[in-house]
Amino acid sequence: MSTVNGRLPAAIVGEPEPRAPEALLRVRGLTKHFPVRGALGGRALVRAVDGLDFDVRPGETLGLVGESGCGKTTTGRMLVRLLDSTSGSIEFAGRDITHARRGELRPLRQDLQIIFQDPYASLNPRHTVGRIVAMPLQVNGINPPGGTKKRVQELLELVGLNPEHYNRYPHEFSGGQRQRIGIARALALRPKLIVADEPVSALDVSIQAQVINLLRDLQRDLDLAFVFIAHDLAVVRHFCHRVAVMYLGKIVEIGDRNDIYQHPQHPYTRALLSAIPDVTTLGPAGRIRLAGDVPTPLNPPSGCRFRTRCWKAQDHCATEEPALITRDGGTQLTACHYPERGALSETKAAAVG
Amino acid sequence: MSDMSQPPSLTAHGDPAAPDVAVETESPPEGGRREIVGRSPNQLAWLRLKRDRTARLSALTLVVAALVALCAPLLGWLTGMDPTDKFVDRLNDFGMPIGYAGGVSSEHWLGLEPGSGRDIMLQLVYGLRTSLFIAFASALLASVIGVTVGVVAGWARGWLESVINWLVDLTLAFPFLIFALAVIPILQDRFYTEREAPPPAFRVALIIATFGLFSWTYTARLVRGQVISLREREFVEAARAAGAGTGHILFRQLLPNIWAPILVTVSLNVPQFIAIEAALAFVNIGVTEPTPDLGRMIYNSIGYVASDPWYTLFPGLTIFLLVLALNLFGDALRDSLDPRSTR
Repeated sequence: MSTVNGRLPAAIVGEPEPRAPEALLRVRGLTKHFPVRGALGGRALVRAVDGLDFDVRPGETLGLVGESGCGKTTTGRMLVRLLDSTSGSIEFAGRDITHARRGELRPLRQDLQIIFQDPYASLNPRHTVGRIVAMPLQVNGINPPGGTKKRVQELLELVGLNPEHYNRYPHEFSGGQRQRIGIARALALRPKLIVADEPVSALDVSIQAQVINLLRDLQRDLDLAFVFIAHDLAVVRHFCHRVAVMYLGKIVEIGDRNDIYQHPQHPYTRALLSAIPDVTTLGPAGRIRLAGDVPTPLNPPSGCRFRTRCWKAQDHCATEEPALITRDGGTQLTACHYPERGALSETKAAAVG
Repeated sequence: MSDMSQPPSLTAHGDPAAPDVAVETESPPEGGRREIVGRSPNQLAWLRLKRDRTARLSALTLVVAALVALCAPLLGWLTGMDPTDKFVDRLNDFGMPIGYAGGVSSEHWLGLEPGSGRDIMLQLVYGLRTSLFIAFASALLASVIGVTVGVVAGWARGWLESVINWLVDLTLAFPFLIFALAVIPILQDRFYTEREAPPPAFRVALIIATFGLFSWTYTARLVRGQVISLREREFVEAARAAGAGTGHILFRQLLPNIWAPILVTVSLNVPQFIAIEAALAFVNIGVTEPTPDLGRMIYNSIGYVASDPWYTLFPGLTIFLLVLALNLFGDALRDSLDPRSTR
């Protein structure tokens, strides 16, 4: 059934390095502020995303992690232009799409698709699977060789569904199968980059692995680039080449997967990694507990945004915002004045892996 | 759309443990391939409706009523009578029908009207026609206006949305009966002088227009709410991300999901219109003579309640049964279209 899986020897399930150096997606200073009506009728701004810089190269997967409300999803929606950014620029395949209109966007839409989080909300309950998967072809007026039906059945087969299920309705499928339908729909236009907005967090743990493996196989076979939004660090480690850690609308650390997971420099990254559940140790041993809550994005702290919860914070942190640069000989970019050094403890690293 | 009525399907299975394994379990036997066709939500609703006894019974009543109304001229041809024929020779000196139960006989099955001597059954059958026509036409008009306004109000943001909401509030604030009492005679005087009687069709059209203009608000509110709740759903965003325009999103993605509540509103609007139309006739601003009408029959019969109660009974019973059947059918329709909703 799944040609994807059949073609993949287990040997290459290792470290395929991204090939082309030229960035496919280039994001600079991306910002989204939502105006809200505050108390007493005053206007306030929710700084959901506040100045992101990152690149995604062709065939590369970038993991975007952070706790709830840090702006991951907002970023994903801006990348596919479901939301308009407040400022900053998004460049895709060398073209600025930040303010492109629908007509101008149309050729780029085909290269830039999104997979949604909730497989129960992302499929129209009144359409058959065939119609759902064919929708991107239909709205773009594409008539694939061999007909739409043949293409849809190929796609269904590609994501590991029975192509005979063409005429079925979403309510007849399980959550994992629905998510596969959503993936097939995103693949219909043969995109180069897919924004996956927590594609597995609504799924059962046993199904998560299947969907993640499917995405990984597709990524290799079709040479897809991914922006993979997740809050599950184990999933991100399994799937992504590069990882960006977000906190309160900003990237605090970005770098290659191994650097982030083995030599994290930002205290927040360390805290996040220490929170991964570990069956080998009993109780909260070695876990960094952050005090307090995430500050409100209505009025983020001055200087370093993490300073209110950071155990290393100094007066300096409140006045000067740390730039996202390489520090202390690390290879990743870190936005911290006092980066941590050294690897995570061996046992911890092993457990995480 | 969760539902329990779905039989265990032949090929559905959980996510295969690994796609490789699925090759063995899923490969269909050669030659024995059959097309797998899922049941659409509509088909499931239809199955639920068919199983509902109340729905079947009320639908039967409605079909009979509709058939009788449609075949009214046939009945007139069979009996050789016209609804306007006056059988004065069958009335006594006081204008009361001769015989039992309001003059029931083998010729006049439901008796005769006191005073005028018209055949009650023919009046009833033709009156049914008037009532059903006015009710369905008004419901259609109200739905068309309501759905259009509702979709626009739900989709638009900014000033247009505010204007429409304000308009809906304004319309809801008008007392309907008082407005109808004022507008129908005034408009009629505007177009026709007292001497020339307006054609019956004018009065009917006036009533339909009044109903339509007053009853779209409920549908509009409902549709607006549905559109607002659906437009943020991820399948709509998926369509937008694929590059779909507003037309595609409205007509292909949203409308198929809201026609069910619209249908229910229509089916519950119709009995309401029948009752209101009868009420208008009762306060003498409904359909005028000589067009037969159920409400006006009751209005006319009030003077004879003591001497000939049958004259009141037959049209009253007809309206009662019709409205009851339509309401029950509307409820059953709602239950079958949305099994999660509670009464």
